[in-house]
Amino acid sequence: MKENDKLGYLNIDTSLYKTRISEKFQNRKSYKPADPRIILSFIPGTVLDILIGKGQIVKKGEILMILDAMKMQNKLKCIMDGKVKSIAVKKGDKVSKGTVLLELE
Amino acid sequence: MPVNKKIRELQEKREKVLLGGGEQAIEKQKAMGKRTARERIMALLDENSFNEYDLFVEHDARDFDMDKKSLPSDGVIIGSGTIYGAPVAIFAQDFTVAGGSLGLMHSRKITKIMDHALKMRMPLIGINDSGGARIQEGVNSLAGYGEIFFRNTISSGVIPQLSVILGPCAGGAVYSPALTDFVFVVDNISKMFITGPEVIKTVLGEEISMEDLGGARVHCEITGNAHFFALSEEECFDQIKKLITFIPWNNGQKARMFEPAEPKPEYNINKIVPEDPTLPYDVKDVIRAVVDNSDFFEIMQLYAKNIVIGFGRMGGRTTGFVANQPLEMAGVLDVDSSDKAARFIRYCDAFNIPIITLVDLPGYLPGVDQEHAGVIRHGAKVLYAYSEATVPKLTVILRKAYGGGYIAMSSRHLRADFVFAWPSAEIAVMGPEGAANIIFRKEIMSSDDPDGMRKQKVEEYKTKFANPYVAASRGYVDAVIEPSETRKFLMHSIEVSENKDVSMPRKKHGLPPF
Repeated sequence: MKENDKLGYLNIDTSLYKTRISEKFQNRKSYKPADPRIILSFIPGTVLDILIGKGQIVKKGEILMILDAMKMQNKLKCIMDGKVKSIAVKKGDKVSKGTVLLELE
Repeated sequence: MPVNKKIRELQEKREKVLLGGGEQAIEKQKAMGKRTARERIMALLDENSFNEYDLFVEHDARDFDMDKKSLPSDGVIIGSGTIYGAPVAIFAQDFTVAGGSLGLMHSRKITKIMDHALKMRMPLIGINDSGGARIQEGVNSLAGYGEIFFRNTISSGVIPQLSVILGPCAGGAVYSPALTDFVFVVDNISKMFITGPEVIKTVLGEEISMEDLGGARVHCEITGNAHFFALSEEECFDQIKKLITFIPWNNGQKARMFEPAEPKPEYNINKIVPEDPTLPYDVKDVIRAVVDNSDFFEIMQLYAKNIVIGFGRMGGRTTGFVANQPLEMAGVLDVDSSDKAARFIRYCDAFNIPIITLVDLPGYLPGVDQEHAGVIRHGAKVLYAYSEATVPKLTVILRKAYGGGYIAMSSRHLRADFVFAWPSAEIAVMGPEGAANIIFRKEIMSSDDPDGMRKQKVEEYKTKFANPYVAASRGYVDAVIEPSETRKFLMHSIEVSENKDVSMPRKKHGLPPF
């Protein structure tokens, strides 16, 4: 063990252990519960078409957007009744997995 | 034709092919800091031991003007030779010939040497340096990859298979190394990925360099796809040669015996482990204090450092070590360390290598990310691997062995053959603080001085349960030993396990949680 080792503390079952803390652990994302009103892209791709507008009332099962991904045109269906609060992307945008596409209210 | 002339004709034919892709292509290869395929084979094998086969093989492709192109040896060199006298079959892709691209005949050469290695029960080494499928040969290239993957799989656990990545290895090509036992990579030279930076940029608009996407460091530190990291090809070859000395030639044999040697005196086993179970130390020093010549050959040094795996020798016999590392993340088991340990345990079991497990862990890493990453399934791999292993299993509990971690780390209950514990061992259902908080909850809550009461109860629990004697009284621990007796006990246990023979219920294969 080197003298200049940077050591921190890790809590396991209320005991504090003096140890090196890995980068992966330090950079881990803290958990946030999913909000069903925020619609995220489930796959990386390109926004091919947006079928609804801001302020529009939408019904469960209605197609909101077409996302071109993995050589497929994927239909994004609405999972609940609501009103479109905002649209975060425009036609032709490339989005990665987990990008916010639109928000309902 | 007189004989001499015929011999000269052969020599001329050879010389032409031996140049590979020609001087210009060789210069390019060198400019990238890479050796040629043939130089690599010569550097790796014992002098004058290489016998080359299929030197004159040529492709048979016709489309896209391929019939006008000659590709010497079809871009791959195959043959066999020895490393420190051990027989090895080898193939090396030649990047100077059509970028080492894989066509039908190229793949047939590889599968020929793979079949040979399996039939002769000798280790196989594959040196990968290829731009990928030879697009002009279409589905024949894909067929070639498939034939290689199939052989990798059926040879798995029968002969050792080593993959050396000395150039690009992209797309489907990466799955051959991924199916083999050990993957060697070199900084700035090795590149492995399924989809390259260009595709990622087109599809996602994300820019990333080849090195950051799938360079040597990435695969050694982040993905765990590679097992050995080197700064140069030379260092990489030294690692391969050293590994070959530790492993048997096939699953029907044991590794070669070496001259036994005592550990070096600078590793004083009495002084490595601090008494306080929350303080860190380097468990590799404990390994070095018990193995021959203090020579420990670590595998996956940069990945999931909270568990240490590798080979050493005990009285000249190759032994696999699995040890919790209190210096890194307190030595916890988590998704990555479980995966790393389980695979190594299965390697040792497949190739008749006894396993010594050194235990000092507080348990599993808590966290949403761990639970959601499947720590249940990955953690179960360790239980599975230890339980199914029939090679000699020796366990030394150095300090903490709490809860599920105690069970997982080659406990008696998973059929360890010998379980030893140091006097500093704490074999308990959980750490004293956690346990006291639960058991004495009422007393602590109702006390006028909860903190004082908690401290008192923690101490009480420590004295009663944080020791090896409760487990020893049930026979879960075979002997409580002084640290200085560790080597003696381990050496003897390995000696008497030499002819260990246990049988498992008949089955086609088990279903390990992967």
